[in-house]
Amino acid sequence: MTPTTAAPVQGAERRGTTGRLPWLLVVPAVLGLAFLVLPLAGLLIRAPWPTLLDRLSEPQVLEALRLSLVTSTIATAGCLLFGVPLAWLLARVTFPGRRLVRALVTVPLVLPPVVGGVALLLVLGRRGLIGQWLDVTFGITLPFTTTGVVIAEAFVAMPFLVISVEGALRAADQRFEEAAATLGASRWTIFHRVTLPLIMPGVVAGAVLCWARALGEFGATITFAGNFPGTTRTMPLAVYLAMETEPEAAIVLSLVLLAVSVIILASLRDRWVSSP
Amino acid sequence: MLRRQPRWAVALPLVIALVGLSGCGSTGTAAPSDSAPASAPAAPAEATTVTVFAAASLTGTFTELGKSFEAAHPGTTVKFNFGSSATLAQQITAGAPADVFAAASPATMKTVSDAGLAGSPTTFVRNKLEIAVPADNAAKVDGLKDLTDPKVKVALCAEQVPCGAAAVKALDAAGLKVTPVTLEQDVKATLTKVELGEVDAALVYRTDVLASGGKVKGIAFPEADKAINDYPIAVSAKAPAPGLAKQFVDLVLSPEGKGVLTKAGFEAP
Repeated sequence: MTPTTAAPVQGAERRGTTGRLPWLLVVPAVLGLAFLVLPLAGLLIRAPWPTLLDRLSEPQVLEALRLSLVTSTIATAGCLLFGVPLAWLLARVTFPGRRLVRALVTVPLVLPPVVGGVALLLVLGRRGLIGQWLDVTFGITLPFTTTGVVIAEAFVAMPFLVISVEGALRAADQRFEEAAATLGASRWTIFHRVTLPLIMPGVVAGAVLCWARALGEFGATITFAGNFPGTTRTMPLAVYLAMETEPEAAIVLSLVLLAVSVIILASLRDRWVSSP
Repeated sequence: MLRRQPRWAVALPLVIALVGLSGCGSTGTAAPSDSAPASAPAAPAEATTVTVFAAASLTGTFTELGKSFEAAHPGTTVKFNFGSSATLAQQITAGAPADVFAAASPATMKTVSDAGLAGSPTTFVRNKLEIAVPADNAAKVDGLKDLTDPKVKVALCAEQVPCGAAAVKALDAAGLKVTPVTLEQDVKATLTKVELGEVDAALVYRTDVLASGGKVKGIAFPEADKAINDYPIAVSAKAPAPGLAKQFVDLVLSPEGKGVLTKAGFEAP
């Protein structure tokens, strides 16, 4: 917003950015950056470099990493499938109680993930409201399964996607949609031919955020899906358990998770999410 | 827009400064506990707070003992940090200000004493495993052997925490191989899975079964005798309040302490 309003006034465009930097902004910015980066530096400094490769080649590490990547990707796909339409509903359709629905969508954001996990157990668990019926009718139980991990991750991560996409929808120029409507396009055609391409950067940014949150998910996963190697022990769970006895192993696992996520996020950011 | 931004920038550090100031003010007025460290070099015996790090399985009993300690020593406060013994040991070796450490296994106490941070640990109670099943025991479990049935869903503690190590020992002693559906991070989480009926059985401590107040049923099994957990307690070598710490440990070891602990299902060492 700021660049578009500021540029015409300044005339000489980018000159403002080459002037003296206001220390009132720079000092807090540098402090903020240090606050975020220092713990990572701590991990790097304390990492047991000589034994790093040995620890990395342990099959359990690869197993947990693979499980984390697979579940968080499926969770993100699920969030896209249900979250984008939900965001569209919130941004484009007026219905009674919309404010309440919007507030409810953000509930998983403020809920401690462990509480989210308990809530999931009470609904989808073997004796839960829906879970009981699933068990009796189809013989499906979700807790302690890889599907359970995906559900826990999606529950915690979906609000990130919905909020980003809704923001993109509100910022998008609605005149294109109106033009399409006057030309006789149906609401569905407008959505997938006009709206969706317009908000694509927002959807991708939201999906990336959602994926990152799912990858780091711990509380809801360990509560709802439990912890068993190969089926539900994702990287964050492996890190937590390693911390109990072998802090060094926990550091190695954290570094792996960190490296993988930074590489993926950085490459996606360059390709899809161009900063203004 | 451009003119407004610096104003925000000014406001932020101001807010921080104000918060900082008010923080100082409030601690300054919250006098008694705060003035103690100031006069600490002169009279260390005047400490009024004793901080106890204790295993999660001691939550009920130690809270009760803490209250009777406060009643016996007017003006003192007992602060507790309950959690997995392994986590507590990590916190203490990382410099957490503990006065007393009560662990659920000698191994976790060893982490602390190896770092030179625990005085001489004393075993004060022992705890035994039991099979916990939901109150209706729908899977009809009545012995350790039933846990090997693939249709019976079992939760165990992870091997890294004391209750998990004990479970492995007991199953080895019985020569049984159990494939659990989950390895929980502490004994209370394991018990919760039984309480909610998400698993058919779990191996937890006898004290946890008693503490659940009838929500789960406990089944004793003979091999539990091969996997008894000793609970050591020690005054921290860097205790901020060593005098009170010693008195608290004495209370735990006293007949009164023993009474509270055995009533909860612990065994005398």
